Amino acid sequence: MIQIETNRKNNGILNTIAPVISINGLHKSFGKGNEILKGLDLTVKKGETLVILGKSGSGKSITIKCIVGLVEPDEGEINVFGSDINTLDTHQLNALRIRIGFLFQNAALYDSMTVRQNLEFPLKRHSPKLSNKEVEEMIKETLESVGLADAIDKMPSELSGGMRKRIGLARTLILKPEIILYDEPTTGLDTITSREISELILDIQKKHKTTSIIITHDMACAKLTGDRLVILKDGVIVAEGQYEELEQNEDKWIRSFFL
Amino acid sequence: MFTARFFKEVFKSPYEIKEFIKQCFNIGYKSFPLVGITGFIMGLVLTLQSRPTLAEFGAESWLPGMVALSLIREIAPVITALICAGKIGSGIGAELGSMKVTEQIDAMEVSGINPYKYLVVTRILATTLMVPLLVIFADAIGIFGGYIGINIHGDVSFFRYFSQVLSSLDFVDILPATIKTFFFGFFIGLIGCYNGYNAANGTESVGKAANTAVVSASLTIFIIDMLAVQLTDLFY
Repeated sequence: MIQIETNRKNNGILNTIAPVISINGLHKSFGKGNEILKGLDLTVKKGETLVILGKSGSGKSITIKCIVGLVEPDEGEINVFGSDINTLDTHQLNALRIRIGFLFQNAALYDSMTVRQNLEFPLKRHSPKLSNKEVEEMIKETLESVGLADAIDKMPSELSGGMRKRIGLARTLILKPEIILYDEPTTGLDTITSREISELILDIQKKHKTTSIIITHDMACAKLTGDRLVILKDGVIVAEGQYEELEQNEDKWIRSFFL
Repeated sequence: MFTARFFKEVFKSPYEIKEFIKQCFNIGYKSFPLVGITGFIMGLVLTLQSRPTLAEFGAESWLPGMVALSLIREIAPVITALICAGKIGSGIGAELGSMKVTEQIDAMEVSGINPYKYLVVTRILATTLMVPLLVIFADAIGIFGGYIGINIHGDVSFFRYFSQVLSSLDFVDILPATIKTFFFGFFIGLIGCYNGYNAANGTESVGKAANTAVVSASLTIFIIDMLAVQLTDLFY
């Protein structure tokens, strides 16, 4: 097996870099008495990979959905690239979203389109001046980067779970985002495919120098890809640090994630 | 809110022409066989059922005009719209519902693409345009079905039948009936899209969206038809 070094960076260097995502006092509830986020504070620095851990229902997915404006928070401030996303109009928000990639849990490929069309669709929208030849080249190049150049004319229904995730990632990458948000990228995959996806994420981070937030329950993925880990409990962060630090935390509940 | 957003988005660029044409093809062209068969049967059955009653009064010669009037004013628009509510409305509800559940709509949104404009506006415009065309097609096939029905028991020439049909029709018979079909189409699209686009999470909601789309659209068709008849009665 190819040994890939982890993405851990020197904390000293990261500390001097300005945050690209900054969340202050984020609250979100769904109906009375069902408050998911209870004043969440979070910052992610440029080039950093933050892994969010937590039990189901702790508010991990809601947090990243708030970052891209898919879910409107009840209270709190979310700054992305210095813009408070709650104050942006639709046009500004869409312009910001192009700079943020989002990999959904089930890849969310467009069922009625081939792999080529899945990649072509967002690209042609945002780069209408590109010639067909340039679009084709970009699609092939992106598919090659996720190792699925042969799947170009396949329909999503013909792809395995791992392949769908890779194509979802390719669709995200084709817009050259500066931030990528991963919602449980290895969920539902076997151990080998999970490892391959984790390595691919790491490879993308190195190659494209992206800032990433990864939500996962897969500790192997968290260890391999994360510069910093945070653990959510009842809508707030209860622990934060590098993998090894949290693994040896005094709190039994926090250590239980690493068993 | 959902309807108001349609009128707000429909005039704003970018215009999703390609998707609109695709939807017109899916909604309109692919429905022609079903609407054609139904239209033919409507005309044929209407003729065969009406013939004995008219024959009792010695008014068989009125049959072409009566069949054409019944089809154009009422039967073809309503029956075609109901078929479209079943076929198209449920299709839109299920398709968008499925896209919602599998986060495809969210994926579009986070890519900076307006899913409402791409998915909803194009479908509503397509149904608004295609349902009237399907109704006109059903009218024509239904009238032809009437010709076949008359010739089962009699011998009327094609030319004589159609000249009788045309002489019995007036502007008042065609225009209000055509106008109401635009409303039928609009509401079939709107209701289908609304239910699909706002489907809750879980696969169960996809079926529910499709089902609600058909039931609500069918009921709306009857309500619009009732209002259209009242308005036609007032103005003509």
